[in-house]
Parts: sequence; C-alpha cells; structure tokens
Amino acid sequence: MGEKEGFIKYKREMPASRSPKDRLNDYKEVYHPVNEEALNRQAARCMDCGVPFCHQGCPLGNIIPEFNDRVYNHEWEEAFHILRSTNNFPEFTGRICPAPCEASCVLGINKDPVTIELIEKEIGDRAYDMGFVKPRTNIQRTGKRVAVIGSGPAGLAAADQLNLAGHKVTLFEKDNKVGGLLRYGIPDFKLEKWVIDRRVAVMEEEGVIFATGTEIGSSIRAEEILRQFDAVVLATGAQQPRDLKIPGREAKGVHFAMEFLGRQNQVISGELSENIINAKGKHVLVIGGGDTGSDCIGTSNRHGAASVIQLELLPKPPQQRTQLNPWPEWPMTLRTSSSHEEGAERMWSVLTKEFTRDEQGNVTGLKIVEIEWKEENGRMQFFELAGTERTLPCDLALLAIGYTGPKQNGLLESFGVGLLENSLPKSKQYQSTEPGVFLAGDMRRGQSLVVWAIAEGRECAVQVDLFLQGKSSLPQRDRSHFNNTEVAEFNS
Amino acid sequence: MNQGLYRSEFEHDACGIGAVVNVKGNKSHETISDALLMLSNMEHRGGRGSDPKTGDGAGILIQLPHNFLKDVALRAGFSLPEEGSYGVGMTFFPRNRQLYKKSKTLLNTILDELDFELIGYREVPVDETVPGSGALEVMPVIEQLFVRHKAGLQGIELERKLYVLRNYASRQINTTVPGVNLSFYFASLSAFTIIYKGQLRTDQVLAFYKDLQNNKLTSALAIVHSRFSTNTFPNWRLAQPFRYISHNGEINTIRGNLNKMRSKESLMKSAFFTDDELKKLMPITDGKFSDSANLDFMVELLTLTGRSLPHVMMMLVPEAWQDNATMDKARKSFYKFHASLVEPWDGPAALLFTNGKTLGATLDRNGLRPLRYFITSDDRLILSSEAGALPIREATVTEKGRISPGRMLLADLEKGKILFDEEVKATVCESKPYGDWIRNERLKLRLIAPPKKLAVPYSTENIKKRQTIFGYTSEDVKVILAPMGDTGYEALGSMGADTPLAVLSKQSQHISNYFKQLFAQVSNPPIDPIRERMVMSLFTRIGEGSNILEESPQHTRQIHISQPVLLNEDMEKIKNLESKGYFSHTLHANFVSDHKPGRLLEALDRICQEAVEAIQNGKNILIISDRMCQEGTAPIPSLLAVGAVHHHLVNEKKRTKAGIIVEAGDIRETHHFATVIGYGASAINPYLALETLLELNEKGKLSKVLSQKQLFENYKAAIGKGLLKVLSKMGISTLQSYQAAQIFEALGLGPEVIERCFKGTISRISGISFDELAEEVLVRHHAAYETENNTLETGGVYQWKRRGETHMFNPETIHLLQKSTKNNDYQLYKKFAEKINNQTRDALTIRGLFEFKKSISIPLEEVEPVENILKRFATGAMSFGSISHEAHSTLAIAMNRIGAKSNCGEGGEDEIRFARKENGDWERSAIKQVASGRFGVTSNYLTHAEELQIKMAQGAKPGEGGQLPGHKVDDWIGRVRHSTPGVGLISPPPHHDIYSIEDLAQLIYDLKNANRKARINVKLVSQAGVGTVAAGVAKAQSDVILISGADGGTGASPLSSIRHAGLPWELGLSEAHQTLVKNNLRNRVTLQTDGQLRTGRDLAIAALLGAEEWGISTGALVVEGCIMMRKCHLNTCPVGIATQDPELRKLFTGNPDHVVNFFRFLAQDLREIMASLGFRTVNEMVGQSNVLKSTGHLNHWKWDKLDLSPIFHKVVAPDHVGVHKQIDQDFRLKKVLDRKLIKDAHPALEQVSNVKGNFEIRNTDRTVGAMLSNEVSKIFGSVGLPDGTIQYKFNGSAGQTFGGFLARGITFELEGEANDYFGKGLSGGKLVIYPSRNANFLAEDNIIVGNVAFYGATSGQAYINGKAGERFCVRNSGVEAVVEGIGDHGCEYMTGGQVIVLGEIGRNFAAGMSGGIAYILEYNVGNINKEMVDIDPLNEDDYLVIKNSLKKHVALTKSNLAESMLQNWNSAKTHFIKVIPVEYKEVLRKRALEQTKSLI
Repeated sequence: MGEKEGFIKYKREMPASRSPKDRLNDYKEVYHPVNEEALNRQAARCMDCGVPFCHQGCPLGNIIPEFNDRVYNHEWEEAFHILRSTNNFPEFTGRICPAPCEASCVLGINKDPVTIELIEKEIGDRAYDMGFVKPRTNIQRTGKRVAVIGSGPAGLAAADQLNLAGHKVTLFEKDNKVGGLLRYGIPDFKLEKWVIDRRVAVMEEEGVIFATGTEIGSSIRAEEILRQFDAVVLATGAQQPRDLKIPGREAKGVHFAMEFLGRQNQVISGELSENIINAKGKHVLVIGGGDTGSDCIGTSNRHGAASVIQLELLPKPPQQRTQLNPWPEWPMTLRTSSSHEEGAERMWSVLTKEFTRDEQGNVTGLKIVEIEWKEENGRMQFFELAGTERTLPCDLALLAIGYTGPKQNGLLESFGVGLLENSLPKSKQYQSTEPGVFLAGDMRRGQSLVVWAIAEGRECAVQVDLFLQGKSSLPQRDRSHFNNTEVAEFNS
Repeated sequence: MNQGLYRSEFEHDACGIGAVVNVKGNKSHETISDALLMLSNMEHRGGRGSDPKTGDGAGILIQLPHNFLKDVALRAGFSLPEEGSYGVGMTFFPRNRQLYKKSKTLLNTILDELDFELIGYREVPVDETVPGSGALEVMPVIEQLFVRHKAGLQGIELERKLYVLRNYASRQINTTVPGVNLSFYFASLSAFTIIYKGQLRTDQVLAFYKDLQNNKLTSALAIVHSRFSTNTFPNWRLAQPFRYISHNGEINTIRGNLNKMRSKESLMKSAFFTDDELKKLMPITDGKFSDSANLDFMVELLTLTGRSLPHVMMMLVPEAWQDNATMDKARKSFYKFHASLVEPWDGPAALLFTNGKTLGATLDRNGLRPLRYFITSDDRLILSSEAGALPIREATVTEKGRISPGRMLLADLEKGKILFDEEVKATVCESKPYGDWIRNERLKLRLIAPPKKLAVPYSTENIKKRQTIFGYTSEDVKVILAPMGDTGYEALGSMGADTPLAVLSKQSQHISNYFKQLFAQVSNPPIDPIRERMVMSLFTRIGEGSNILEESPQHTRQIHISQPVLLNEDMEKIKNLESKGYFSHTLHANFVSDHKPGRLLEALDRICQEAVEAIQNGKNILIISDRMCQEGTAPIPSLLAVGAVHHHLVNEKKRTKAGIIVEAGDIRETHHFATVIGYGASAINPYLALETLLELNEKGKLSKVLSQKQLFENYKAAIGKGLLKVLSKMGISTLQSYQAAQIFEALGLGPEVIERCFKGTISRISGISFDELAEEVLVRHHAAYETENNTLETGGVYQWKRRGETHMFNPETIHLLQKSTKNNDYQLYKKFAEKINNQTRDALTIRGLFEFKKSISIPLEEVEPVENILKRFATGAMSFGSISHEAHSTLAIAMNRIGAKSNCGEGGEDEIRFARKENGDWERSAIKQVASGRFGVTSNYLTHAEELQIKMAQGAKPGEGGQLPGHKVDDWIGRVRHSTPGVGLISPPPHHDIYSIEDLAQLIYDLKNANRKARINVKLVSQAGVGTVAAGVAKAQSDVILISGADGGTGASPLSSIRHAGLPWELGLSEAHQTLVKNNLRNRVTLQTDGQLRTGRDLAIAALLGAEEWGISTGALVVEGCIMMRKCHLNTCPVGIATQDPELRKLFTGNPDHVVNFFRFLAQDLREIMASLGFRTVNEMVGQSNVLKSTGHLNHWKWDKLDLSPIFHKVVAPDHVGVHKQIDQDFRLKKVLDRKLIKDAHPALEQVSNVKGNFEIRNTDRTVGAMLSNEVSKIFGSVGLPDGTIQYKFNGSAGQTFGGFLARGITFELEGEANDYFGKGLSGGKLVIYPSRNANFLAEDNIIVGNVAFYGATSGQAYINGKAGERFCVRNSGVEAVVEGIGDHGCEYMTGGQVIVLGEIGRNFAAGMSGGIAYILEYNVGNINKEMVDIDPLNEDDYLVIKNSLKKHVALTKSNLAESMLQNWNSAKTHFIKVIPVEYKEVLRKRALEQTKSLI
C-alpha cells in the first residue's frame, strides 16, 4: 500500500487548469499536465482500505488501491496491467468519468477523496508514452465471427474483449468515425479526439475490423449480418432525446443539445466546415442541469455567447451531503464544472412554460415560473409560486434533459429483438430475445455513463464468448478465475 | 456416547497429587493415613458434578501390604506364599452378574494359558453408602486376585509376566465378552504395589475402602491423587494413581505420541519378552484411554524392558536441553540420543512415579504445575501440589523445596536416601557413551557441503503461470510472502474473519484451509514462543527409526535438520547422501486433469504403493514432489499426498523405515507448513515460494534489495517463528513432537478423505471427498492453462475485492447498517438484515445452511418486549488502548442506557468513568475483563463491575498473547493500565495462574471473593472439545460461559491466526450446550455466544443452539463509523476508532443513539422471528435446536455432502434437567476466613481506626484478603486506607492466593508458609512472610512461597524471608518486593515496581520485562534473558534503596541473610547488579531531562 500516513500528511491536489480566459479561445483540454511527484503524493493518500468502497463504487470494478500503490512506487507498467485488467479504455474514463469511485472513496468520509480519476488518466496516457500498450497480435483464433453494431464505448469494449477471446470482430458504425458519443457527444475540451484515434489504431492492429459509415438497414441489412456472423452485439446507445413538450417548442433556435455538440465536434475534426447552430452573440438558455448542459455552456461560451443561463427543474442541491444522502452514496450536492467556471448563470427550481417567438418563428424568450418542492403523499412534488412568472430573453435554447431510450429506427425490430414497455429491449444476461443477438450499453440499460458502457461491453462479451464456446476465459467484474463453478465438471 | 457434537475423547482432567514416603523403607500405617489426610485437604483441587456427593475420582497407591494380605487371605480361605512370589490384582469386574461370571471364567482360562496359578479371589470390603448416586450406579465389583507363576518366578521377573497377563486379559475380556465394554479393569496387578481408587471424592476414599482403615495395612510409601475432570460421566477406571505414575496436567502431544507409537511397535524386540509376549502386549498405547493412562503404559513398557525409572522419565519427559548452553555434556547427549528414539510426551505435567521401591517426582520442561516437597528429620519425604496439605511439625522439617522445571527428585527406599536431580541424572546419563555414539553416527545437514551447481536451479521464468497452478493470488504475494522475505516476520492484520469456510467458499481453496489449528484452553496452557523461546525447538530429523526397547549406536543414525524449511541446495544434499547410507526416492504427486472421477484417488494409490516398494528396496528418504506437473497433469495437494503416504506406511507398519520430505509448489504460508508437518512430513522445500521471493527481490518489491541468502534466511525465520507460534498455542514445545501429531480439526472433509489421509482427525460435519478436492485443484489448473492474464488472481481474503472472496461486511452491507442506524430507519435495517441473511444463506457461514422449520406462529404482542431482550446483549471486549476513548465510551453509554453490558476489555478502566454523568449517562463498562496481562486489575476495578470476565482465549488469536507497543502507551493509557507511558506492554499467551482446570476454579473463586455481586464469566473459543471444557468450567463454578466464534475480531494478530485457528460458534455453542445438558450442568450457567452476529436471525439461531445471551462487537463498531479498514494495528484508523492519534480521534462521529438504535432493531428483528416460531420468551427458545433443519436446496457441489445434523442434535434430558440458566452456583462463601477478617475490621471500615488481629490459617483457606479488600474498595475506592490501618497476623500454611488483591491500608503478616499466587493482584496492601519461629532450617535456603507470586500486582510491598517458586512477580507493575531466592522466569513481563532478590534466581529472568527495576546478585547474571534489559552498575541512590529495603526486611521478618548483608554492607553491596529494561531506562532518562529543563 502507499504510504502508511500519506492521507494524514498530504492534501488532495489537482493539476491547475488553464485560466478560463485562456481556454475559451480553443477547444483543447482544460487542465495543465501533472508532474510525477505531485501524482506520487496523491497516490500516497490511498489508504489501501480493508473494504475499498471505491472498488465497489466503480462500475468497472477497477482495482483502485492496487494501481494506486504501483503509482506510488513508480511501477507504471504494473499499474497499467492492473488497470487494464478491468478497464479497456482508462484514457477515456480518466478524462470524462464523473468518478463514482471518488464519491465512495473512504477518505471522503471526512476528508477530500483520493484523485483516483487523475491517477487513472495518467496511467492510461503513460502506458502509451512508455510503450506498454502493445498490440496483441498473437491471439489464438476461434474461427467465430462477431458483429458489433455501434462504436460507442460499449461497442468498443465488447469488440476489444471479443477480439481478445479470439473471435473475428467487425464493428459497424453509421458515422464516418469511430467513437459514438465519445466522439460526437463529448466536447474536445473534455476529450480530445486523438485519444480515441490512438486507441482505435491499436485495436485495428489487433485485428478488429471497423466498418464505418455503415448503417444497418441502409448500407447492410440485418438479415445479412445475422447470416454472416455467429453472434451480434447491439450497442447503438439510447440516443432518443427527451423532448420538452411546451408551447413554442417548434420555434427556430430551439435544439437538442446533441445537435449542437455533435456538430461542433465535427467542425473541430474538420468533418464539417461550420456549426449551423452558433451561439455567438446570442442569449443562450441551456435547459437541463446535468453534464450535457454543462457541455453546452462550455461550447456556447467558446462560440462567444452574449449570455448563458442554465435552468434546472430540481431545487439547488446542498453544498454538503445530507443525513439522508450519506457517504458512500452518490452525493446529491452542488457541482461546479469547468464550464460553469467559464461563466454562466444557474437557476434552480424553475419550470419552463412556453417559448416566445418573433414573426419569423425565431425563439425570443422563454416563460418560466419558480416552483417549490414539497413532500406530499410520500412523494416530492412541485408547486408553482404565484407571481414569479417571467420571461427570459432567449436566442438559442438547448435542450439537455436526457434521453428516453434507443432510437426508434427499427434497428432492434430488424434483429428480432423484443422490447419492454419503456421501449428498452428485453434482455437477460445481455442476451436479447433473439438467440445470438446480444445487447450492451445504454441501448440495454438506458442512458448512463461511459464507464457503465464499458462495463456493459465487457460483461456482454463474456456472455457472447460463452454462447460461442460454451466456456470463457475472459475476465469478469465480479468473478475470479479461481471461482469454482456451481456444478462441478465431473458431475456433468 | 458420541451423538451430536460431543466426543468422549475430548475429556480432560487435572488434579492434585501428593506422596508420603519413609525414605528408609520403614513401613507404617501412618504413611497411608497421612497420605489420605493430605488427599482430603486437596478436595478443592478436585471436581464435583451436579451431584455434590459424586467426585471426579481419587485414590491411593501403596506398597503391597504382605502381612495384611496374608491375614485377610486366610480369612478368605486361602493362604499366600512368601512376599514377592505372588501378584495381587485389584480387579474391577462388571456389575452385571452374567458379565461378571463370564469375565471371571475367561480370566481364569487366561491365567492358565499364561502359566499362572490362581491362589484365590478376595472380595474387597467397601461401604456402599459412601459414593454419590451417580458413582454407585456404575460401581464395579471390586475383588483382589491372587496369583503365582507356575515357574515360581519372583520379583521383577514375576512382574513382567504379570504385565503380560494384565494387558492380555484386559484386552481379551473387554473385546471378546459381549457387553463388557471396557468395564473389566485391573487398577493394579503387581507383586510390588496395590492401588485403591474409584469414582470418589478425596474424603471418600478412606471411608469407602475398609482395608484402608485397618491399622495392619502398612506401607513405606503412598501416592494419592485427586481428579478434576471436565465431564461428570462416572467412570471408576479413570481415577488415579495409575500403576507407575500419578499425573497432574495434560499431555498436549498425545495424538502424535500415540500415532508414532503405533509405528514403533512394529520394530519392537526385547530380551525380556518373547515375541509372542510382545504381541500379547500390543497395542501398548491406546487412544481409548486418557493421556495420563497412556503415559503410564509407556513408563511401564520402558521400565519392564530394562531401563530404570528415572531413565524412562527423562526420555519421555525431557527437560529443555536444546538451547541450554550450560547443560552438562553427558546429560545433553543423553537427551539428544533419546530424542532420536522417542519424541517428548510434552505438556504441563507434575509427575509422581514409583515401582514400589523408589519413588520420584519430576516436572515438565515449562514447570507449569506446582509440586512442593518437605524433608523431615524423621526420614520422611512429603510431596504435594500444595504446601500444608499435610500438617507437619515445623520443628521436624529439615528442608522445604519445590520441584523445578525439568528437574527430578528420587527417594530410593532400598538405599534409604534421597537423590537430587544432579545425582539421579548423572547416574543415568553416564550409563552409556551416548555422546560418542552421536558423534560417530549423526549427520548434520547444515554441515554437509552444498553442491557447486544446482541441478534444479531457481527460476523465475513463467512464474505467473506456475503460481496460478498452485493457487497463488496477488494477495498471497503482497500480504503473505513479501513481508516475510522483507522482515523475517509474518504480517499482522486486524478485525475478524468474515469470509466463508473453505468448504463453503466458491473460490478454489488450498486444502490446508480445511484444517483449523487447535489451541490450548483451560485444560492446558499455551506457551510464549518469544519470551520463553528457550524451552522450544524447531529441530527435526530424517532417517530410519529403531527398536525403542534397546539402545545402540545405530539408533542415532539420522540426518539432523535445524529447522524445517529446505532450500533447493538442501534438497540436493539430501539426494546425494548414498555414500552415507541414505537413499532417497521421489514420489511424483500429480494426477490426470481430465475431470474423470477417481483420478486423484488413483494417483494416491499409486504413490502409496510406490512408497512401500521404495522402502522394500531399501530407500529411507521419501521425497513427495509436485514439480512434475504440466498441462494435463495437475498437482496433488501436498498435504493430501503426505497424509496418504504417512497413514499408508503407518498401516503397513513401515512408517519408521523412512523419513518424508516434501518438495512443494503449494506451500507458502505458516499454516501450510504447520499442516504438512502436523500430518507427517519432516521438512519442506517450498520451491515456488522461494522463487516468488526471488522475483519480488529482483523486481525491487521489497523495502530494499536483499542478498539471496538474506532473503531466504528471512523467510525461514518468519516461517520458524510462525511455526513456534502454532506449536505454542497448543502448549507444545518441540517441532519433533508436533510432527504427525495431527493437532487440527478438519471442517468440511468427508469420511473417506479423513480415513485415508488424516485418520484420527476430528471432522464433525462431514464434507467433500477426493473428486471434489481434485476439482478444487483443477479450477486453478484451468486458470493457469486456459486464461490469459497479466496479473495474478486477486484473492480478496484479507481485503474485500469484487473478484475475490465473499465477505459478510462489504460496501453494501456496511452502508446499509450505518445509514439505517443513523436515521433510526428500521425498514432500512431490515434491508441490511435481508442482505446479510441472504449472503449467509448463500453459504458464507454454517448457519447460512440452516432453516427454521415451519411452526405455529403467535401474535407479535405475545412475545416478550424489546426491553427484556436488550438486557441479554453485550459488546465485546475491546480495550481502551486498542480503541479510542471516544469509541470505547460511546459503546459503554449506549449499553448502559439499554441495560445491556459493555466490556472494558483488557486494559483497565479509568476511574473517572465509574461515576454517572450529570445527564444520567454512564461510561462505566459493566463487564470488566481479567485477561492474562492483568492490566489495571485492582481490587477497586473488580469492585466496580457487574460481571468479571476471564478471557481464556480470543477468537482472532486463541492461544496467543498480545502486545501494545510503547508508542501507543500514552500518559492516559499508561495510567489506566498502571504502567509507564512509553513502555510497551505484553499480554502473555497463558494466564500464569491458569495452567489447568483446577487453577481456573481458583481464579473464579478469587474473583468471586473480590466481588461477590459480580457474575463470573469465562470466555472460551469454539473448537472441538470446547463442550467438555465448558463442562469443566461450569464445575469450576463460573456463572456465565461465553463461547466465542473463531471469526471474532482483534486489534492486531498474525494473519494466519485470524484465519486458521478455532471454529465458528455454531459448532462450539452447540457442543457446549449439548455437553452441559448431558452432564446436567446447563442450568447452573448462562451461555453466551459471539462472533460475527449481525441480525435477528443470527440471534435466533444462537438461542436455538443454546445461547441465552449474545455479544456483538464488529456490528456495533460499524454503527459507530467503522468501515473495516483492517488497519487497527497501525494506529491510523481514519474514522477515529482504532487509534490514539489525537488528530484522528477528532474524526470520530459515533453516537450512542445510533448504537441504541442498532440493538433495538436487533431485538425487534428477533421478536418477529420468535413470533413466527411461536416462542414467547428467549428462555423458552434456548436450546430448542429441533426447530432448525438444513436448508433443503444446497446449490453447490461442495456443500452437498455436509451433514449438519450433529449441530441440531437435541440431547434428550429428563424433566428435572434444566436447559437454561436456573440455579445459582454455590461458592460456599458464608464461612470463609475473610468473614472473620471483615467482622474484626469494622472499626477500620467505619471509622478508619487501626485494628489488629491474629488468625490460624490452613491450606484450605484460600484467597484470604480479597473479600476484605472488596469491602475497603467499596468504601474508600482506589485510595484505600492509610497504610497499616488493618494489621493481621496469620499462623500456618496459607492456601492459594494469600493476600490476593489486597487493598491499600492492609498488612498481612504470615508466620509459616504460603502456596501459589501469593499476593496475586496486590492492590496497595503489604505482605510479610517468614518461616515458623519453631523451624530449624535456614529460611534463605528453603522455599516459603509457591509459584506465580504477585501476578498482575499493581502496587504494595512484600517482604519474603525465604525463597519463592517460578515466575515470581510475573506481570508486576508496581509492587516493591524483597525475596531471598526465586525460580525460573522471574520478573517475566514486569512493567513496573522493584524487586530485590538476595539469593539465587532461576533461568530466563526478566524475559519480556519492559518496566521496573530488579536488583539481583551478580553471580546470577547468566540466568538473565537479556533481550529487553540492560545490566547496569549501581549508583549511590541504588545502594540507598537496597539498604533501606533490607533494613525494613530485617525489621519485619528478622531475616538472617539481610541482617548479615547489612552488617557487611560495604562488601555485600558490591555484589548487586541492576537489571533495567532498555525501553524503561530511555523513558526515565527522557523524563529526567524534561524535569531538568523545567527547572532551568
């Protein structure tokens, strides 16, 4: 373990971020690089707990104390192997994960948690710099073929694992480049896209075939895929955005956040020359208080918006955890992202009533009313506060209020997958109602985090492997290779 | 007898012994009557069952009284030939008339067959009104058999024939007459001695046997014995004396001794017995008999085959010779030689032995039983467990002494003299040139030149794969191996084990995990392997065994190995010794890995057969190796292979023909070594562990890069220390006697495996067989060959891990428990309980496999209220010191609020907590613990308790002591523990006043005297046999017995102890309840249990298995904020619980309200279950185990074969036998001497006026002063009375614990002598002792005080005009004492106070001494254990201190010795040296420096 009293001696320290003024001029990463000694001290704060809650908090089951210890001892290669054993893409999660691990870090009970995510990012990046990431080209092939549909984090992880298991994997992607929401949803200032390219190159070298620009149904039909492949993994996400059904919604200048963010990323990568949704000089309203909302703020400010206001239906969260939301639960506290630091007004407990328009149909404002939340009949309910109605000026409204589920584009139906009432596909152990067709990521569980998507991809791959071979040597999150099966082989 | 969990083989006994001898051989009846009087004065050392008239057994051995017998024979109608030409059998026939007749007929036939002639039978006259009803029911028909040999043999020759007759006849009759069942028995059959014994109380022997009342019955010697057994099933033959020995104590190594004896039998040949006779004698030893009886069998065999009695005693019970540099060479050679014949019969033992012509006494190497002797001017030698048991006129006493550890005393009646140790042993040792034989024949492995180049070099190539094959996890490497290589020590851990048992685990298990280490508890003491290292040894040997009945140079032809970890170099040495006559053969331990049934068994058959063939081909070293495994061939677990080969060879009577060495990839940690050695291996080459260490070293994973030599030395040292700890916790001193001793309980192994490989091992709930064991191996095989991974599997045993082993407390359950209790949310608690219950149902614990049967439920309102149930809770013993004041007092407040009990743990309690706070809260712990360190145990402390708990063992580290490092002893803790801040504190493994069950009875009695209102609670840890121990404890009059699960927590303990010692409470509790009911003792005691109890369901199951109270610790700590860091031993607890760091303590957020919520939830949860099962009260529920059944759907192949029915077994008890606590123990405190002392002390207690008094005292007056001190403490608290307020003078022989816990202001002056535990726990009082003014001996040369004086004393003064026994001032923390000589281990673990010794000191002085000062005479310097102390010259201050003390000593005791020293002070003073602990000196120096600074 790190240093016995490291957590007493050292304080949490994050690398400095570039000044907002500076970083608003570009879409580059917000943080300065961290030096090794500083990182070593952070790793020394890890207490190597008897019950490492972080390890439970991480959806991937990252073995956090162990890699912290290796980083503390400057053993980068081992640290990488430990991290890699649970996480295919630490360079992604190290940048964009909300870090539930840190929320559940035991130090967080009464001090600031260990900078786990930062350490993870450094391990991920240094593994490339120091040459530990070597394409595995000696994989024994099984002769089985697997199609993975969707190249977001779930699809990528599933493909990576299945390839490792020896299957021939083809990854189908409707867009021109690999990455899904990683590439087209997350702004560059949070995840520069060379990070994805770097990973994809390795996977290609390892034998994964990337069929980009290939949309199921148009470029290739589902039946064709089912015919050519021994198994299929569907991982096209939960991309159906939740709409705001209020009068005036159809006004020009009211967009889903992803339209705005996705285009921006394409502009930066050169796929598009300009973003037709531009915030420059506009009064921007971001509706929705989550991370996507934050991304909209950051992007709007980089466009040069006149003002940015973020609206949230829920009340302002407390600064500290409450007794009903204790450690190690996910803290329902006020979060301030780097985008917030760059300038935005935040409003809580507001209900949107109606978009106002000018004659051309352009949005001009948003009628809102303040609300109060009360517990009634055991449920929290809101009540409008009379006399608080007003209209906020608005030239551009971005809706960042989540997703309802997979796109209703017939993809699932074309593979014969049965659906639940909430439009999510039915599944059991990642297997859909159609034999040989598996599901992973947001598509299966609904809108979630990148880290969950990777976890889904990994666990799904095990089930695919079992389906194809009857056994699997792929690692699982909650099961050691030393686990004995419930039915001994000699009995069967 | 063996239904349920109880097994008759678990029974223990312990005793009082004594002898009276006329050294000149003059026979008299007085010798007999004196011995019987002595016996009745040791009644308190015997035991009584539920029927007070039925004793545990007592008896007497005397010389054959020829004249008496001649007379009575004539009256019976036959005449006896001359003395020495006939034998007399004291014969116990079955009571049943039919069986009696059949037995007698067969006996007569056998007499004829063996060339004996029957002279006659005489009915022994007895008074049947004497024994208790239980004893009477099974009383045998007792007759004397008179025989002579047809060839007219006499004396020793006749004796040999009688020996054959006795063995052969007993066996034939007991085995061939149906229904006899061991009820035919010869108490004695000899031409020299006769034994009168039975299931009697000590005072019943004389009344019962009318012969003994006859004045014509004479003898020159008599041995008496009083038994205290852990059971109450009457059995006449278990009484002692036996034919040659009387034993007080316990043979810890008995199982190994018996196993090895079986192999030795095959080699036996004797000039004194024909082969046919030898055959009739076999088996010599027999597991059906007690340890003492078997030792007696050995003594008999070895003396009748030509050795002298002292010779035999020396070879069977050797003194500690290995590390004794000062021992005479011839003697050392004797022991060395005999070590290659027979392994020590090791254990606490005071032994009296006789053949009718000589009578001797000896003590085990540790000196763990008391034995005092007196020599008188009228030629008598009197030996007894206690001084004063036989009143002797002081004027006739010429010498008073004690038998010291390993020493011997012999009265030779033919020569008419007494021989002391040196003389007796010199004669024996010089009888043969043992030294020369050894020098010529023995080979020392260490001295053989290593090979230039290793044929099989170390390799770290491909190591991950090989590690995986053998089940290594990254945890094993990091947590187990790295620290051993790095530091030479095993790693410590903390908290308890909440992982599943091996058989319940879903992770592939190392086979050693199925074995739990047994440990000493109550019936015998563990040893301190660090501070008493000198008695221990790791020596081992390989080679052929020989005929133990003879002695020759060849007997010593063996390879000697100094410790059992072999390097590859050593293996090659061993393989290349053909020129020296050692031929090795390698058995490849592997099997085909195709999952086909029977593969493993087939492989075992192969190696067993190969082993026999190899031996037939002249090989004498068998190497069991798993090196040859590869894909398709999996290794046989080494332990399984060793067990199979060992037992096969034992069965084939070939075991002694070859030594077994193991070359194993699967052996890495201490427990692995312990099991493999415990089942027969001599030494082990853990090649993969060595290679793993090399890899760690190469990769820079250790704190610094080490040389290969150093690295391996460290590992060997760590394993060695670990093994010593494992041995010592069972009270075994040498690896040689541990080897093949099988001191384990198996859990989850089926009968086929046990019978084949681990025969004789207890395995009570059955379990898996060979195919399942193979499957465990194949899981690892598969992981190694069929998965790709850059890292080892994670393990998750010592730390929770997602891919690792399951833990009951994991992030989810900890969170639910904390949140529910914080928010007082019962529904959320239910969620927690459901998670825990589901987890356990998924087989984390044995109770997880239980289910409640469907019952008729009752409405919840009818169940007794929560408030009633709350009183039945206790929190566990956690000391202030191991946890912070905040954490400790929060628990206390919470428990006091709900009328439950918190436990102060072993660390005293700050007196400021004794008073209630203004808001009504109370920080006082209701339970005060009395543990082996006795920290802070004063009269006042004991007075402020509702319950006093004697901690015999702790779940996490049973059989081990503890240590609080100096840096943790801050001012506060130091004050509370009555020790010096900054000085480390050691808790010894044993209570030094409990080496045996009758000692525990004494401590219970002490504590009951010290606080009559307190319940006495004895804490035991679950293991096989805990039920019989509990029965003994109930008979020793404890009010409460706590059966602790082995999974309980700790502040610090070696990891292997946390995991591998002891068993879950389900087994122990159930066994205890069953055994107590069976013995009708259950209604006298409250049963309590603890160990990972978490939910109402756990409580319900505990109640159904017999517990009426529950202890909960970890759960309560988690409610206080503990998040199971498992770092308690590092003082870095981040939530302020297990730390003394003021900054970290501030982070504590625990709250008594939350703790109260938790206990209310538990009670409510329990009530709901009670309602569903139809129980209105807990009392109704206790022991109703028939409500439980095993869950019907065991869903794992490993669990299928478990048989849990022994746990549910409900003992059928008649209506009058209560099954829960109903009757109070009767301590008979109404008439004790202290009542008189208190009455006379009224002026002092009421007005603080001075009082004086004179009293007569006897050895039966025990614990004098404790009750008086209790009265003082009640009124005056720890301050006590002004010095000398109460001054009492006593005359006579004081019983045990004279002046126990004597409070400040009381002075006791004793003219006479005292027994063990003089001044135990002295709490400020003053003790003065000197010999009778009528005595004629020199005080300074004679013993006046017994063993273990001033144990745990905290303050006061003592002046002793004479010598004291072993362990003087052990754990003294403040008493100032002057004494004129002491035995071994003086001032052991002392932490404060001052001791002046004016004469000799024994060996190992100042071991573990961390504080205080001792002034001793220079010539003793060689006996000091210098590990922790400096020897400093004296300065003027020192001289002044000594001089003043001597002056007081003279004034108080009239000591001649001190007087003469003072007269020649200038010369006398130069002979003193000062012994001062290094750590203590440093603390004093710092303190002085600070004082000087503050002056400036």
